[in-house]
This record gives sequence, structure tokens and C-alpha cells, in this order.
Amino acid sequence: MSDAHSTYFIPEPSRWPIVGTLALFVSFVGGAIMLNGSGFGTFILGLGVAAIIYMFSGWFADVIAESIAGKYNQQVDVSFRWGMSWFIFSEVMFFAAFFGALYYARQFSVPWLGGEGAKLLTHELLWPEFFADWPLMVIPDLEAFASSLYHEVIPAWGIPAINTAILLSSGLTVTFAHWSLKKNNRKGLCWWLFATVLLGFIFVFLQAGEYIHSYHELNVKFDSGIYGSTFFILTGFHGFHVTMGATMLMVILARSIKGHFSEHNHFAFEGVAWYWHFVDVVWLGLFIFVYWF
Amino acid sequence: MSEAVIHEEHHDDHDHKPTGIGRWLFSTNHKDIGTMYLVFALVMFFIGGAMALVIRAELFQPGLQYVDPVFFNSMTTVHALVMIFGVVMPAGVGLANWLIPMMIGSPDMALPRLNNMSFWILPFAFALLLSTMFMEGGAPNGGWTMYPPLTLQLGNAFPFLIFAVHFLGISSIMGAINIIATVFNMRAPGMTFMRLPLFVWTWIITAFLLIASLPVLAGAVTMMLTDKFFGTSFFSAAGGGDPVMFQHVFWFFGHPEVYILILPAFGIVSQIIPTFARKPLFGYESMVYATASIAFLSFFVWAHHMFTVGMPLAGELFFMYATMSIAVPTGVKIFNWVATMWRGSMTFETPMLFSLAFVILFSIGGFSGLMLGITPADFQYHDTYFVVAHFHYVLVTGAVFALFAGTYYWLPKWTGHMYDETLGKWHFWLSTISVNVLFFPQHFLGLAGMPRRIPDYSVQFADFNMISSIGGFAFGFSQLLFLYVVIKCVRGGSKVSDQVWEGAHGLEWTLPSPPPFHSFTTPPQVTDATAHS
Amino acid sequence: MFFNKLRNCLLGAGTMFSLLWAGAVNAEWGLNMTPGVTPVSQDVYDLHMLILYVVTVIGIIVFSIMFWSIFHHRKSKGAVAAKFHHSTFAEIAWTIVPVLILVGMAVPATKTLIKMEQTGDADITVKITGYQWKWKYDYLNEDLSFFSVLAQDSNEARQLGSNIDPASVDHYLLNVDQPIVLPVNKKVRLLTTANDVIHAWWVPALGWKRDAIPGFINDNWAIIEKEGTYRGQCAELCGKDHGFMPIVVKAVPEDEYEAWIEDMKLAQAEAAASGEREWSKDELMAKGKDLYAKNCAACHMAEGQGVPGMFPSLAGSPIVATAEGLPDHIDRLLNGKNLMPAFGEQLSDADIAAVITFERNAWGNDTGDVVQPKDIKAAR
Ligand code: HEA
Ligand code: HEA
Ligand code: HEC
Ligand code: CUA
Ligand SMILES: [Cu+2]
Repeated sequence: MSDAHSTYFIPEPSRWPIVGTLALFVSFVGGAIMLNGSGFGTFILGLGVAAIIYMFSGWFADVIAESIAGKYNQQVDVSFRWGMSWFIFSEVMFFAAFFGALYYARQFSVPWLGGEGAKLLTHELLWPEFFADWPLMVIPDLEAFASSLYHEVIPAWGIPAINTAILLSSGLTVTFAHWSLKKNNRKGLCWWLFATVLLGFIFVFLQAGEYIHSYHELNVKFDSGIYGSTFFILTGFHGFHVTMGATMLMVILARSIKGHFSEHNHFAFEGVAWYWHFVDVVWLGLFIFVYWF
Repeated sequence: MSEAVIHEEHHDDHDHKPTGIGRWLFSTNHKDIGTMYLVFALVMFFIGGAMALVIRAELFQPGLQYVDPVFFNSMTTVHALVMIFGVVMPAGVGLANWLIPMMIGSPDMALPRLNNMSFWILPFAFALLLSTMFMEGGAPNGGWTMYPPLTLQLGNAFPFLIFAVHFLGISSIMGAINIIATVFNMRAPGMTFMRLPLFVWTWIITAFLLIASLPVLAGAVTMMLTDKFFGTSFFSAAGGGDPVMFQHVFWFFGHPEVYILILPAFGIVSQIIPTFARKPLFGYESMVYATASIAFLSFFVWAHHMFTVGMPLAGELFFMYATMSIAVPTGVKIFNWVATMWRGSMTFETPMLFSLAFVILFSIGGFSGLMLGITPADFQYHDTYFVVAHFHYVLVTGAVFALFAGTYYWLPKWTGHMYDETLGKWHFWLSTISVNVLFFPQHFLGLAGMPRRIPDYSVQFADFNMISSIGGFAFGFSQLLFLYVVIKCVRGGSKVSDQVWEGAHGLEWTLPSPPPFHSFTTPPQVTDATAHS
Repeated sequence: MFFNKLRNCLLGAGTMFSLLWAGAVNAEWGLNMTPGVTPVSQDVYDLHMLILYVVTVIGIIVFSIMFWSIFHHRKSKGAVAAKFHHSTFAEIAWTIVPVLILVGMAVPATKTLIKMEQTGDADITVKITGYQWKWKYDYLNEDLSFFSVLAQDSNEARQLGSNIDPASVDHYLLNVDQPIVLPVNKKVRLLTTANDVIHAWWVPALGWKRDAIPGFINDNWAIIEKEGTYRGQCAELCGKDHGFMPIVVKAVPEDEYEAWIEDMKLAQAEAAASGEREWSKDELMAKGKDLYAKNCAACHMAEGQGVPGMFPSLAGSPIVATAEGLPDHIDRLLNGKNLMPAFGEQLSDADIAAVITFERNAWGNDTGDVVQPKDIKAAR
């Protein structure tokens, strides 16, 4: 019985998964009712989201307790690692769908509407006035979408570049935190983590400023044609992920302050750090393909 | 929960099973969760099947007899969603749950709580989807492919459809992550990758397909959601987008999805044929490579579903060649199965019968698939019953038949009882004959020009539709027999040995029938001699 | 006994395949793809038969080997299992041979495909627009355009519970009020697009189908070599009446075609002129009833009762049944709203006046209003 396998930790029956399922279910029902135009749905959605937060805190509290009680051996740790890395991969594929949409719009649909390639007639017969250009300033049918005329898009070398620098340095600070942890330097760990969280929130703050700017001054909106659509869906989901990542980092920070994690056993820290790097890399893609080129 | 303990000692002497409803709701046990998946799939099979029978009843003769066109379209759409996401995928995951830990010599799945959640999402996701049947404007009726702009015209059901798809995606992704973690991390000592049973191999590869493709579907329907409610123009030319863009994103998911449905079936058949041929699987390694190649290629063929949208010539050629190339690794698999039978010592119990039917009928479906892959010919076949015939051959006589085979094969192991062999054979023959009456004539209908997704047709298609409907009802009611055999076997029957089948090899057959609550609390040492291959 | 069952099964499958063969010989049976009436359709048909033969032969070989094995290598016959599980030669062979077969199929397929893409230098160009649920044809060189919908007798018979025997209807579901007429032996370029959702324009005898996508134009071509009437259907799910938007192509000699164009233009000029005069209520009601059945009943249903949750009832609707509703009523027809299509382009002033007059005086709506074409003209 000394073999590692025999001590693989199989949790007792747990209520968190079903709580989580119900929480998601309630959120989806609420969200759907809300979108169908009933304010009542918003209320249900709120309940669901609260239940999701409750589930996460309860579930993770169990996991943390188990971890501190020393029930996890190396093998369990590896399972968590496999889990986290493939979860991140699934997120990459989620973003891939939107990058795909951006690519398609830029390489195919917009040029076709402008008469390129095999679709000359599309241009001549349906959209003779339309001029293909990227970023797309004037969409084919000005009446179809609410706010379709804008003169400017956000230049890459302003705030976006600064944000790139911020996120890249936050990638560094989280690595420094890891190094500190490995050297069992608790103080360094906490300070570097704090710096990372701070950088994350500065990023979100600046990004929010950009959104306000584009809505109010540039008239680039979610509903202002394909440029606005791809811009906001990509940066929006990214911003959401940064917020989630920063929140997770805060939890890790709190746990670090409490004295959790050891130089050998700190999967939760690493998982969140991986997630943070992922968010970072996605931003690089965004910076290059959405803002720069 | 926080007082969870490590049970090594505990489990060795007696099975400590939770009881009552909590056993199922809070389960962290791979067998219980596997059972729930399988029962769920069976229930959904009858729901999806009942919808298919509504379709077949309406198409029994020309003219509209029973349902209006909108409801007919809902039936088509929901039938497909139920069968794919509610039957074949859950049944595959159910088998994976039951078998993978037993096959690789581990106590359970790597992430048991996650496992519970992946299952329990399913009934709730379908509650979300099926509740739309009672909504104003009706259930989703734009086809399971959900193309915009048509699907954007859907009424109140629209956000429910989108969220149900998100929810199902979450479930599948979590399930896939769990399977990967289990196989990579929980193998018994000596269980190297090249000693894994083929079923395990096909499931790892399927899990990768799931993780890579389902998030893309989530992205596609998310864009549709924002198009409908937040004024984006991804799928509208007026704003610079393109309705066809949705199809690209959807099929980037959709084609790998069909291999998600069939690869576990390949795995099942690869377990069964060697058992009843009493001969090791021919070409184990090439089977693994062929499966991996199919999975890899599946990401480069998606546009064969959209040859008629007017792609540039280069695109059409590329996707035609890529599609044709999938016939090569699939052929390798077929040939290997035939070579496994060759000079074996075969017996024909029900699992074997279903596997043999699988090999033949899946190939027929594959052949029509190849025909569809030839672009100029697909310009004629596309969106006709020829396509319907193709995918029911690969899905029903392919995936579903393999699931039948697997159920008969492992049911004695799960329950400790032998199923009723005579009734099993009846189920086989009734199903195999009727399913061909059901789907073979649909090839002719398609070639003669009958479009799919229509509630009514011109009189020239009447005869074959009637034959098909008769086959459909015969096939449908034959499945009640299956239900009966399964229930009968669960409730009792002659006791079986650990090995159950004379020719069966692999770790799962070394455990008692039924196996203990946690499969291998002490990991077995695996050697070439005890490994499956 | 067991073997007998298997043999029967095989025979059954064999019969099915031979049926398909017979179909190839006799296309009238409706078992096989039509060879069609254009050079391209013939190529496509040949390609189809080629792949069908190839896969059938492969199937027969593979399944025969399998059945041989099932018959001879069975335990009940005393067969003892061999031990082999590997053969590099066989495995390489059955990888390479299929590749070669596939290349053999890809060559003619590529040739046909390239030929199908040559849409240039056409004699006539027709733009085809899919609407929910009808087709519009624009003869681009002729300044002629019209709509084409399911023939009225089919439309009546296809209603749920109509109790009309489909067999008694002429070309049930495959007939239209106004076919598209094309000359034979001319290169016709057919452009497809759509107004609302995706449709697909498909006449099997031309050898291809093409999606009609809103906002984009696809093109294709045909040289019809044989006079005749060719029927097809919409081949992309487009909503409720997807099954009920057929296509009829009449291929005629060139002079007949020219004459038809002239007739059509004349008829359209007359229709336009009729918008200038005053119409009597009876005239409007009669015409409106027809137009309603053709254009509106698909959604608002025969008795104006609509489909709850999808299409509003017009019987008793405040817009239709009250005097105050009139401006809105006209506006809905001209400009549409949400899923209600704009009919301003599709119908003439007289048509719209007629259908509005009809609606306002039918199914218990008794406004007594008579709307004249000039009212519509003023509202445009
Ligand atoms: C389990 C599911 C499954 C599987 C395994 C397959 C397998 C294949 N499918 Fe199928 N397919 C579907 C499910 C599946 N399909 C579904 C659901 C749809 C419709 C979706 C919708 O629109 O709703 C569809 C539609 C579909 C289309 C689109 C048709 C259209 O809408 O116009 C095409 C076109 O290329 C296609 C091709 C193929 C090919 C080439 C294979 C190949 O993998 C088959 C390979 C197998 C063989 C070829 C047989 C065995 C091989 C040999 C014995 C070797 C020797 C053979 C030769 C050299 C020929 N499929
Ligand atoms: C795994 C997937 C799967 C499975 C198993 C099936 C199974 C069946 N399918 Fe399915 N089908 C699809 C996937 C599948 N289908 C897909 C993807 C589509 C395309 C949808 C689209 O166009 O969007 C489709 C479309 C489709 C059509 C075309 C509809 C159209 O284009 O309008 C038809 C028509 O005949 C059909 C028939 C059947 C039949 C008769 C069965 C039979 O095998 C079913 C067997 C029947 C039963 C199992 C019934 C048992 C029930 C009883 C005996 C009654 C008792 C009832 C209760 C107790 C509640 N299907
Ligand atoms: C594709 C389906 C469709 C067709 C065809 C159609 N309609 Fe409609 N119609 C609608 C829908 C949907 C509405 C509701 C629009 C809204 O308010 O959102 C509507 C609304 C109306 C209204 C306003 C009713 C009210 O109470 O709000 C009138 C009047 C009307 N249609 C008349 C017609 C006439 C006349 C025709 C034929 C010439 C016609 N419709 C054809 C779908 C259709
Ligand atoms: Cu138009 Cu289907
Ligand atoms: Cu495919």
C-alpha cells in the first residue's frame, strides 16, 4: 500500500458540483428572460451569479482545506495541472473563434463587399457606393446600424501600447512573485503579487477609459458595423478575463498573506499565474491584429 | 465534505457506498456517474426518437397531415440536438467514465467532483432547451446548424437555445479535461501508452477534439447572441459581416464534432471484434495512428458542408482534397478490423453482431460521405435526403450501433448478470433490417431530388418515403426491446464470471463482476502479458 | 441457420444496390441523379456514377472478404484462431492503394469543378433573389423583373387538413404562377442573392445548386441544350415555408423567348398604367383576395388569424380593423417591420391598394374603407 496510486485522494460526495450546476442554470434562465425583455430576468440572473460566487468560494474552501490537511499527494497535484492547462487551452480556442471572425472580416467579407476577388458583382449590384477599407469607417448600409459613421479609431501607439507594457510587466511581476515563493520569501511574494494585481487593475481602468472615449468621442461602438463588433467582442472578452484573472490573483494574494503555499506545494498559485500569462498572450494578439495592423 | 478522509484501508475491506438520492446528486464515483450518463442517454434516445417518429409520420405520405411546418422544423432541429448532444455524446462519456479507470487500473477519475458537474449539467441544459417547446414562437426551428439570419428570427426561444449550447459546451469541456487528466496521470504502473486499450486511445483523442472544437461553437453562438441583442454585425453584410462567416465558424466545430461522435464507437468496436474473433487486434499501432490522423485532418475539412455557398475555387479544391484524404486512415481501420476477423475463431454473440453490422453499415455511410466530398457532385447532393441518408448511416448504424454493441458487451460486467441472449439477437436482427429499410431508400430520394428539412413533398417521392417511414417505426419500436433487455439484465439473470467472455482481455475483466465501488484501490502491475494488445 | 440470415441480409443489400444500377439505366424511375440537360450536368452525372461504381466495388471486395471470414473462420466450424496481429506489407498496401484510387477520382472532379467556375461571357444574365418564400427574377439585360410563387392549387392543397389529395394537383408543390423562361443553347449567367435569409436555388436538371445569401451575389451558369420544363426547389432551410418555394424553368427556342420578353414587358406596362385610374371596390376586393392568398397568407394565414407568437392576426387588429390604423397599415405594407417584409418594391400601387382594401373588409373587419392606388402613391 505504499504506492502513490493507492493514496490518490478521492473526495467524499460533494454538494458543490450540483450547487454550481443549479447556479449556472439559474443564471442562464435569468439571462435569457432578461434578454427577452423582462426586468424580472435581471433579478434571477443576479441570484444565479450570487450562487455561482457562493459555489466557487465553498468549493475552493473545501479544496484549500484538503490541501492544507495534506491530503493531496504529488499525483493529485499533477491532475490539477493537467486540468488547468487544458482549461486554458479551451479558452484559447474560444478566443480563436473571435480572431477567426476578425480575420474573415478583414480578408474576405469586407474586400468582397468592396468588389474584390470573385465577388465583383456583389459590389456592383448590391453595394456600389461601398468602399472597402480597414478599419472600416463607413459600412455598406448606413441605415441598418445605429451608429455607423466614425472618423477615427483608437491608434495603437497611445494607450494600447501603454497597456501592452503594463500587461507585459505584470507578467514579469508575477514571475518574480513565483521566484520569491520558491525561495520561501513570503514578503517578496506578497509584494510582487500586489504589484501584479495593481497592474491588472490599472490595465482595466485604462481600458475602460478607452471604451468611454470610443463611445463618446469616436463613435466606435459595439453596434457600429463589423469593425466595432470585432473590436469590442475581442477586447471586451479579454477585459473580462483580465478582471477574472486579477480577482483570482487577489485571492492568491490574500492566501499568501495568510501564509498558505510552500515552496513545493503551490499549485493554486501556479494555476493562476498560467492564467495570467494566457491573458497576457491574448493581449499581444489583440494589440497586433486589432490595434496595430 | 471537509471531513473527507483518505480511505485506503476503508475501501479494501468493504465497499462504503453513500446511499439515497445523495448518492447520485453528490456522487464522486466514476461508476455511479457513468451509470447516470448512460441512463440519461437512453432516456434522451427515446425523446429524440419520438421526435424522429413525428418527422417520419408527417412524411409518411404527401400533404400535411399532422403538424404545421413550423413545428415540423422544430422537430427536425430538436431531434438532431437531442440525438447528438443528449444521446451519443453522453453515452460515449458514460462508457468512458465506467471503463477508463477500470481499463487503466486506477481507483477513479482524476477529478471526481468535476466529473459530477459535467454530468449534472446535462439534464439542466436540456431542461433549458426543451422548455422552449412551450414558448411563444416555438422551439428552435432553424436546423441544428443554427444558421443566421434564419435562426435570428427565432422568438423567445432564441436566448434559451444559445445558453443551452453554452451549457452543453461547458459540460463537454469539463468531461474532456477530466478524461485527459485521468489517462495521462492515473495509469497503473506498466500501463504505457502503447499498452492502452484502443477504447482509451480513441477517448483521449476525442477529448482533444472536444477541447479544441466546443469553445469555437461557444464563440459562434456568442456572436449570434450579440448580433441579435446588441446590434453587432458579424453575420450581416449591411455592417460589413457575412452570414457565411457563421457557417465557417460553426463547421470548424461541426466537422470535428462528427468524429467526436464516431471515434469512441471505433474504440468500442476495436475492443469487441478481437474478443469474439479470439485473436489480438490487427495492427494496434496503425489503429492508433489512423485515429490520430482522422482527428488531425478533421480540422481541415469543415467547408465540405458549405460547398454551395460560393467559395473561391481554390477553397473548394482544397476542402475537396482534404475531405477525400480522410478515407485513407478510415480505410486503415476498416481493413484492420477485417484482418482481425481473418483466420480468427469467431462466435456471434449480440455485441459481435452489432460490431459486424457496424463495420459494414458504417462503411456504407463512409462511402456516401466520400461521394459528398466530391465538390461538383455535392453541388447536386447538398441539402437533399442523400445527405440525410449519409449521416444516419454513420450516426445510427455507426455510432448508435456501436453503443448498443458496447452496452451488450459490458453490461454483464457492470451488473454481474448475463443479458438475455435470445432477446439480444432479436433486437439485433429487428434493428438491422428495419434500419436499412428506414435509411437506404433515402439515398434514392436524395438523388431523385428531394430536399431535406421539408414537411411535405411532391408525389413522385411518395413511395420511398412511405417505405422509409415504415422502417422508421419498425426501428423505433424495436428499441423498446432493447430497453426491456437492459432493464431485465439489471434486475437479475444468471451470474457471470469476472472475465465474462472467453476471449476478453484487459484489466477491466480482472475485476469482479460487478466491480467494487472504487475500481483499483491497489494499482495492478501491467506487463505485456496482461496488457490488452 | 445463422448463415442463412446473413446471406439474406447480404442479398437484400445487393438488391438495393442493383436497384441503384437499374436506376442508372432508367432515370425515369426516380432512383438516381438526373443526367440533366446541360454539358455541366452531364459531367456531374458521370462523376457521380464513377464514384458510385468505385465505392461499390470497394465495398463488395471488403465485405466479401469479411463474409468469407465470418463463414469459414467461425468457432462452430472448428476454426482455431491464428496468432498474427501485424503485417507491414499489408498495412502499407492498404494505405497506398486507396490513395491512388482517390487521386483517380480527384482528377475528373477537379476538371469538372474548374469548368463549372467559368461564368464569364454570358449571353443573358438573370439575377435571382430569394425572399421568404418566393423568388424574384431580374433579367438584367432586359429591364424585366417579376416574382414567382407556388401555384395556387398546390398552395391550397398543402394546407394542414385541406383534405385535397396531392395526387390530384398538377405537379403538386412543383408548380409556380410565373415560371422563368430561358432560351436554349445560350449561355445564361444566373446570379443568386437573397433579401432576408439564406435560400438556395436548385434545378437538378442544370447540374448544380447555389446558395442565395443576403448581401452577397453568387454566380453560376448554364447552357440548356434541350427544350422543356425543368423543376426544382429551394434547397436551404429558410423558415416556415421552405418546402413551398419551387422553381420552374422553361427552356424555349430563342424566338419564343424574345416574344415572351415582349409580352411580359407589355403586361407590366399595363399593370403600371392601371395604377393611374380609380378602381371600384369590387375590383379591388377581387384582386386583393388573390394577392392576399399569394403573398400574405403564408404568414397571416388564410383567414387572417395569424400564428400566435410569430405573425399577428389581421382580423380585428387595431391597424387593420379601425379607421385610425390606415396610415400604419399602408406603412407596414410599403416598408415592413421586423419580420414583416416590405412590399413596396414587390407590389404595384394598385396591388397594395387592393390588398389593403381586401384586408380592411374581410374576416369580420368592416371598416368599409376603399383605398385607391393614388393613396398608395402619395404615401410612398
Ligand atoms: C459520425 C458521424 C459522421 C462521420 C463519421 C462522417 C464521415 C464522413 N463524412 Fe459526413 N456528415 C455527418 C456525420 C458524419 N460524417 C453529418 C451529421 C452530416 C450532416 C450535417 C448537416 O448538414 O446537418 C455530414 C455531412 C457530410 C458532408 C456534407 C454534405 C452536404 O451537406 O452537402 C460531407 C461532404 O463532404 C461529408 C463527408 C464525409 C466523409 C468524407 C466522411 C469520412 O470520414 C468517411 C470515411 C469512410 C469511408 C470512406 C469508408 C471506409 C473506407 C474504406 C473501406 C477505404 C477505402 C475507400 C476508398 C478509397 C473510397 N459528410
Ligand atoms: C445521433 C444522431 C441521430 C440519430 C440517432 C437519429 C435517429 C433517427 N433519425 Fe435523425 N437526424 C440527425 C441525427 C440523428 N438521427 C441529425 C443531425 C439530423 C439533421 C437535422 C437538421 O436537418 O437540422 C437528423 C434529421 C433527420 C431527418 C430529416 C428531417 C428533415 O430533414 O426534415 C429524419 C427523417 O427521416 C430523421 C429520422 C431519424 C429516425 C427515424 C431515427 C431513428 O433512428 C430513431 C429511432 C427511434 C426511436 C429510438 C424511437 C423510440 C420511441 C418509441 C418507440 C416511441 C415511444 C416513445 C416514448 C416512450 C417517449 N432524422
Ligand atoms: C414573412 C412573413 C409575412 C408575410 C409574407 C406578410 N407579413 Fe404582415 N406581418 C408579419 C409580421 C411578423 C408582422 C408583425 C410585425 C411587427 O409588428 O413586428 C406583420 C404585420 C403586419 C400588419 C400589421 C398588423 C398589426 O396588427 O400589427 C399588417 C397589416 C400586415 N402585416 C399585412 C400584411 C400583408 C397585407 C401581407 C401581404 C401582402 C403581409 N402582411 C405579408 C409577417 C408577414
Ligand atoms: Cu427558400 Cu428554403
Ligand atoms: Cu463533415
